[in-house]
Amino acid sequence: MRIRRILDTLGLWFAALVLVSPAILFFLWMISLSLKFEVDNAAYPPILIPERFAWKNYTGVFESNRFGLFFINSLIVTGAATGLALLIGVPAGYGIARMRATKAAVVVLIARMTPGLSYLIPLFLLFQWLGLMGTLVPQIIAHLVITVPIVIWIMIGYFETTPLELEEAAVIDGAGRWEVFRHVALPIAKPGITVAFILAVIFSWNNFVFGVVLAGRETRTLPVAVYNMLSFEQLSWGPLAAAAIIVTLPVLVLTIVAQRQIVAGLTAGAVKGG
Amino acid sequence: MSTLLDEHVTTVATAAPPKGVGRRNSYWPFVVPAVVVVGSVIVFPWVFTVWMSLHEWTVGGARTFAGLANYMRLGSDERFIASIGHTLLYTFLAVVLPLIFGTLAALLFNARLPLRGILRGLFVMPMMATPVAIALVWTMMFHPQLGVLNYLLSLIGIGPQEWVFSPRTVIPSLVLVETWQWTPLVMLIVLGGLAALPTEPYESAAIDGASAFQRFRYITLPMIAPFLMVAVIIRTIDALKSFDIIYAITQGGPGTASETINLYLYSVAFAYYDIGYGSAIAVVFFALVIALSLLMLHLRQRTKWTELQGGA
Repeated sequence: MRIRRILDTLGLWFAALVLVSPAILFFLWMISLSLKFEVDNAAYPPILIPERFAWKNYTGVFESNRFGLFFINSLIVTGAATGLALLIGVPAGYGIARMRATKAAVVVLIARMTPGLSYLIPLFLLFQWLGLMGTLVPQIIAHLVITVPIVIWIMIGYFETTPLELEEAAVIDGAGRWEVFRHVALPIAKPGITVAFILAVIFSWNNFVFGVVLAGRETRTLPVAVYNMLSFEQLSWGPLAAAAIIVTLPVLVLTIVAQRQIVAGLTAGAVKGG
Repeated sequence: MSTLLDEHVTTVATAAPPKGVGRRNSYWPFVVPAVVVVGSVIVFPWVFTVWMSLHEWTVGGARTFAGLANYMRLGSDERFIASIGHTLLYTFLAVVLPLIFGTLAALLFNARLPLRGILRGLFVMPMMATPVAIALVWTMMFHPQLGVLNYLLSLIGIGPQEWVFSPRTVIPSLVLVETWQWTPLVMLIVLGGLAALPTEPYESAAIDGASAFQRFRYITLPMIAPFLMVAVIIRTIDALKSFDIIYAITQGGPGTASETINLYLYSVAFAYYDIGYGSAIAVVFFALVIALSLLMLHLRQRTKWTELQGGA
């Protein structure tokens, strides 16, 4: 019986490994591409581990000063869009959960279903009319389309499960609506806020479509910058793969560090941006 | 697990009126900033798009009221009609394949297995990675001469494929990327369903001598059906809206072989700057997404209902 159980476990583990292998092999290949000289990247049959590593692919990306600019653009857009979304969305999630406002939840749901591009025609015209093109403001505002619904949705779910008794006790002690929120509800909701924060950061950082339409030469975020590299450097795979890794690395690190929160947030809200 | 997709709506609707904590209206101040923002960046674009779709309007050109002319034009626009076909094929494949693999993965990750946490973490990574960065590497892998995929195929005796460079294989190739990326989301949703399963039915099935397949078919599958429906709904919405991967890898090509409605909408609105016509496409596209979502929410209600019937 015992051997049977060990064999079962081994079988399961093997099956799991098969399922995980496309992800592992893909990222290994991505790293391999980024560390090879052009000669090795053009070799057939392909080489997984080269004899010489082309670290210059990475240093080349960092040395181009434009990349620094695009990195800062990405930080500003994601930072501002996430910060504003938390500022607006956490109280809103609280209010909607406590008022049991069905219709508000439906609006958030439809926002989740709407294709990102269909927001862009009116917003594009609006930003042109306001003379905001050429700054980062249009992208920050457009990213709110993704981050605000994520935050509201997760916070509604979270506040619905937090106990009302503490808040009732605070009201009896004479605390105002705002004080109850600030000193009772908010501290309890910290784990929920963390989940909302992480998901908003990831989906804003990864967003591509808003940047394609709204970003100018100086206001590109990293995903747009990397895409533009693709059209200009079709054949230099090493630097391209290195840039791709640098763009997605912050998100992957966050995924590994905060795996539990992300899994909780995604299964709860099943949200995705864009 | 009380918050899957529309669960908010149903729990909110069926919940008893709040007691104790004051009047409901006193929570309005918390919601006002969000109402302003959602109103201006989400609801205003919806309304304005409908208004624009009723006009003949290109960027820099004059704007004239055109009634439903833009919508009439859609009916005879062969490129638009072809894009609907591409979208439906892409969506169908990009729902079914992740559903199958995601369910299998969930069954595996639900079993007790050493290092399960690490394996699950690795499995989830494609979903969180930046789509454009991913698309770029897939483009290199699809390369007919230098790509690693054709090399891997040659190892098992299959001849070179043209992947995204042939109109015949471009959509399945793009679906391969989409499946690779989004199978983990289906896995997570179904895993949530498996975690909530009661153990009693399995115990009695074991006494009755049911096989593993029978247990899956007659106990597990009916009980996780609502979760599968949630996965189908979410996958459908996301596959219909898919943009990053298609745009970054093929831009709708070769020719227009992988041009979905979303890609065509992009070209009309932001390459040709035909705002009025683009808005009409956006409205029809939006209607299609909502219609399919409602259809499936309706089906989901029915799954719940038949489940109750079956349980009686």
